[in-house]
Amino acid sequence: MWSNVEILTAAPVFIVQLLLNGVLIGAVFALAAYGLALVWGVTNVKNLAQGDFVMMGGYLGYTFSNFGLHPILTIFPVAAVMFLYGWIIYKLVINRVIQRELFTSLLATFGLAIVMQQGMNLIFGPEVLTADSGFKTRTLFDGLVTVTDIRMISFVLCGLLALALVLFMKRSRMGQAIRATAQDARAARVMGIDTEKVYAFTFSLNSAICGVAGVLISMIWVLQPFYGIAYSVRAFVIVTAAGLGNLPGVIIMALGLGSIEQFSGFILGAQFQQATVVCLLLIVLIWRRLLLQRHRQVLQ
Amino acid sequence: MTRNSLILHVTILAAGIAAPLLFPGLVFQFAMLWIMILFALTWDTLGGQMGYNSLGNILFFGVGMYACAIVQIGMFYDVAEYTAAFGAIKVDFTDQQYYMGIALGLVFAAVAAFVVAAALSWVLLGLRGPYFAIGTLGAALAAAELTGAWDYVGGGGGLSMPVFPGEPGARSLFFYSLCMATSIACYFFLRWLYGTRFGLALNAIRDDEDKAEAMGLHTTRYKMVAWSISAFFLGIVGGLFGNMTGFIEPLEVAYPTLTFGIFMVAMTLLGGKGTLWGPIIGATLFHVVKEVTWTYLLGWQWIALGLLIIVNVVYFQQGIMGWMREKWPERFGLVVDTRATISRREDAQ
Repeated sequence: MWSNVEILTAAPVFIVQLLLNGVLIGAVFALAAYGLALVWGVTNVKNLAQGDFVMMGGYLGYTFSNFGLHPILTIFPVAAVMFLYGWIIYKLVINRVIQRELFTSLLATFGLAIVMQQGMNLIFGPEVLTADSGFKTRTLFDGLVTVTDIRMISFVLCGLLALALVLFMKRSRMGQAIRATAQDARAARVMGIDTEKVYAFTFSLNSAICGVAGVLISMIWVLQPFYGIAYSVRAFVIVTAAGLGNLPGVIIMALGLGSIEQFSGFILGAQFQQATVVCLLLIVLIWRRLLLQRHRQVLQ
Repeated sequence: MTRNSLILHVTILAAGIAAPLLFPGLVFQFAMLWIMILFALTWDTLGGQMGYNSLGNILFFGVGMYACAIVQIGMFYDVAEYTAAFGAIKVDFTDQQYYMGIALGLVFAAVAAFVVAAALSWVLLGLRGPYFAIGTLGAALAAAELTGAWDYVGGGGGLSMPVFPGEPGARSLFFYSLCMATSIACYFFLRWLYGTRFGLALNAIRDDEDKAEAMGLHTTRYKMVAWSISAFFLGIVGGLFGNMTGFIEPLEVAYPTLTFGIFMVAMTLLGGKGTLWGPIIGATLFHVVKEVTWTYLLGWQWIALGLLIIVNVVYFQQGIMGWMREKWPERFGLVVDTRATISRREDAQ
């Protein structure tokens, strides 16, 4: 472990490599976390199946690319299919748990997560998959730092999608309705907003965002049916640390989380990557708890 | 205890004693049934009675399992050497050494789980609602990962437990009776506990924690004790299960968050949470149906489990006991005021 730290201090160029990887992957985490925060803020449903929506998007993209479509272009059909899927799930499950106590929605989405990961396991098998995007790998600093082009492209795509989402939320009628419902659902209903439709749209939008994140993950990293829970935990870490409705916070936390994971993977060993994510979750929860305890409040 | 309830208890006790003698091939499954009942009962202490829904109670099961293993082996051998040899060192215990080891091991397992719960409760019980559920889930996942990296107990490779010195038939009966005794002890303890002021305090926390605190209850202390009690029993049963399987490793045996950890919740919800008999009925029904159908579902069993959770939570939240209470309220000592109900219906119209 200490020998790995010595490598980092002796050759700071590796720090650049790790940071770069972390930031490029963290951008995808930001998408999933933004979707979680969106649904959380609007419908008050904590979606524990978030990571499995991401994985499902990745597998859908992989399937489409097997039909000859370029992996990047599969973003569009995947987003459409995931939007539809989100709508169906909303109508079947989510709209029945929205008004109930919080644990109901948490457990219902947890059941959904089990169904989705096992379903993907039955269809695609437990092997690790990667969609081949066919881009080159660049080297910087005399070959000490390597970056694959697809990671850069995915970073740019994440940025574009985030921009589109912000504009959508600010400008479009539906975006305004979503924000109004998040602020006060009852007042929004009085003003003539069909909140039921807003809820359904928000959940479907989240599903589509997750689908796009999944396609990007399938190109820059790996797919595996049971990796979904790690993405759910990551999304929770990011949202819990950043707070709801705080887009800059979500982005900073996501990029930070990506980098921390890369560093811990390098220093402690790759087998600690998942442990790092879960331990970070606990640390963030404790930290929030200590902050609130000063005002005799609790995290709820 | 009324006459009916006495008959019920005696019948269950008789069935528990007769079952392994009548069906000697199924003793392991019967022992698992008692373990499942204990899982559901201890989960309900927090989830049902106190309203703190934990997704990571399986943590204490694993802690107990490892604590028991360390004591059993560590009393006569060096644990680090034993695990480093990957089974090359054969432990050879005399009968007396084995029984002494397991007795001390189970005590230590219970104490270790109790202490871990008390320590974790400072961190986790300050969280509420969904944060508590996610935090406990994180704690259980982290425990599995960290144990997998701990070479002293064999890491992800696991470690073999000492071999029972008797015949195989005697072995399964020995562990069956221990599981049954633990579950029955747990049942009577919780039954007594829910009748005391302590039980009322737990229900008060469930109904409105802030008000309970304002009324002068030390809610944190109550929560801590309640969680440690369920951890205590889970630790014992963890130590027993480790010995029953004979080989323990972190992900599938000691901290199976996605199997046993979820079964606990599913069984309690199925039976009806917040009742004493709900978890028992739910666990029995779930375990029997699972054992009968599991192998015929050919990989679809996990999807069936997930669907069961969704359907249960969304459409049948009150569970079997809750449904029975709605159906026959007078059997549960609830008095329905017909006039009040009728007038309320008229108001609604």
